[in-house]
Amino acid sequence: MTTHHRTIDCLRLLCPMPVIRVQEHVETMAAGDTLTAVCSDPGVLHDIPAWSRINGHQVVATETRDGEYLVTVRVGPGEV
Amino acid sequence: MSKHPKALALISGGLDSLLASKVVQDQGVHVEGINFFTGFCVEGHTHAIRKQDRARPKRNNALWVADQLGIKLHIVDVVDEYKQVVFNPKYGYGAHLNPCLDCKIFMVRKAREWIEQRGFDFVITGEVVGQRPKSQRKHAMPLVQRDAGIDDRLLRPLSARNLPETLPERMGWVDRDKLHGFSGRSRKPQMALAALYGFEDYAQPAGGCCFLTDGNYTVKLTDLWKSRGGRRYELDDIMLLKVGRHIRPAPNFKLIVAREEGEVNFLSGYRRLFPSLKMVSHSGPLALLDGEPTAADIELAARIVGRYSQGRAAPLVELEYATTGGEKSRLRVAPMCADDMPKGWLL
Repeated sequence: MTTHHRTIDCLRLLCPMPVIRVQEHVETMAAGDTLTAVCSDPGVLHDIPAWSRINGHQVVATETRDGEYLVTVRVGPGEV
Repeated sequence: MSKHPKALALISGGLDSLLASKVVQDQGVHVEGINFFTGFCVEGHTHAIRKQDRARPKRNNALWVADQLGIKLHIVDVVDEYKQVVFNPKYGYGAHLNPCLDCKIFMVRKAREWIEQRGFDFVITGEVVGQRPKSQRKHAMPLVQRDAGIDDRLLRPLSARNLPETLPERMGWVDRDKLHGFSGRSRKPQMALAALYGFEDYAQPAGGCCFLTDGNYTVKLTDLWKSRGGRRYELDDIMLLKVGRHIRPAPNFKLIVAREEGEVNFLSGYRRLFPSLKMVSHSGPLALLDGEPTAADIELAARIVGRYSQGRAAPLVELEYATTGGEKSRLRVAPMCADDMPKGWLL
């Protein structure tokens, strides 16, 4: 199965806007696809994992570099 | 029960919506949550920006509530649609620019549209009769149902026994006897119920959930509208009202002056949208200029920024002025004395 990866720019956005952007993209992606959000609000390190956990997705990587926070989400299987 | 009913709960992140959802969830109803982002939500933005606040852990309370309940949470961006609620509230404002009753109607209407599109059966809110002076008075509650077009598909589990029977009660999806009859401003019944469920670390109400209830904030918002000749804003505008000192020396421009390093970093992200002033000769803040300042205004702004720098006692300070296109020039000015700045300039 082919999976796809997207990177989205959430710089300057404050929570919950990065979460909303992730949510909007995930809704158009398939299970197994991955999405990296590049953010400047450190709150994403809590909020994107929390949103992913309760909505059935998985954070597979987080990285902090030069004041930017990168969070990568693997899209879950959808409706349970 | 012939079907597995599904309900959508309005989740603000506070205790009431947590409890209301739990009460219904415990009766076997499938519950999901929805949270509307208006741009005015008090959701840790100042905390996210100001460096001095970052030592304290930050969380999104709506996500925390959903996590506690083990339910999905849908966060919806309503920034543009919400403007009409702020500009033209049918039922007027509260003490400041808070259109609380119209806001509740808007959110319940959006929730109604959501459940109709997805085959859910009813909507839950954490409203309590008599708890809020504007949106939760008993006579306001039928208005919310009528104007939102939801009628008896709106269940308020914490106050249901003070209110007429709703569809989920009549259909047997929930047992009215297991709902509550809370009323009034006391928080004790909710706190007791929270203790019963074992919820401990819930958000404490501290000045409301919306910046439109904040007098200082609404002074700045009113000033923004006045300066632009009409009631309009973009998301960046209302975010910037939460940051820095806002100083308006003249109708045609204002300064937004960072108060500390976190705000400097945040405002730096706007240097392609607003001309800026940065201290060169001394440590000091970054400032954005909003409006259409003349050359004399830019010099005045530089003197004001100098007044907030480490060079405030020096005869001259040097600043860098940058246009939105990135063109830079230097200014040498005498910092303004604190007593020379009229108090009315500081919004």
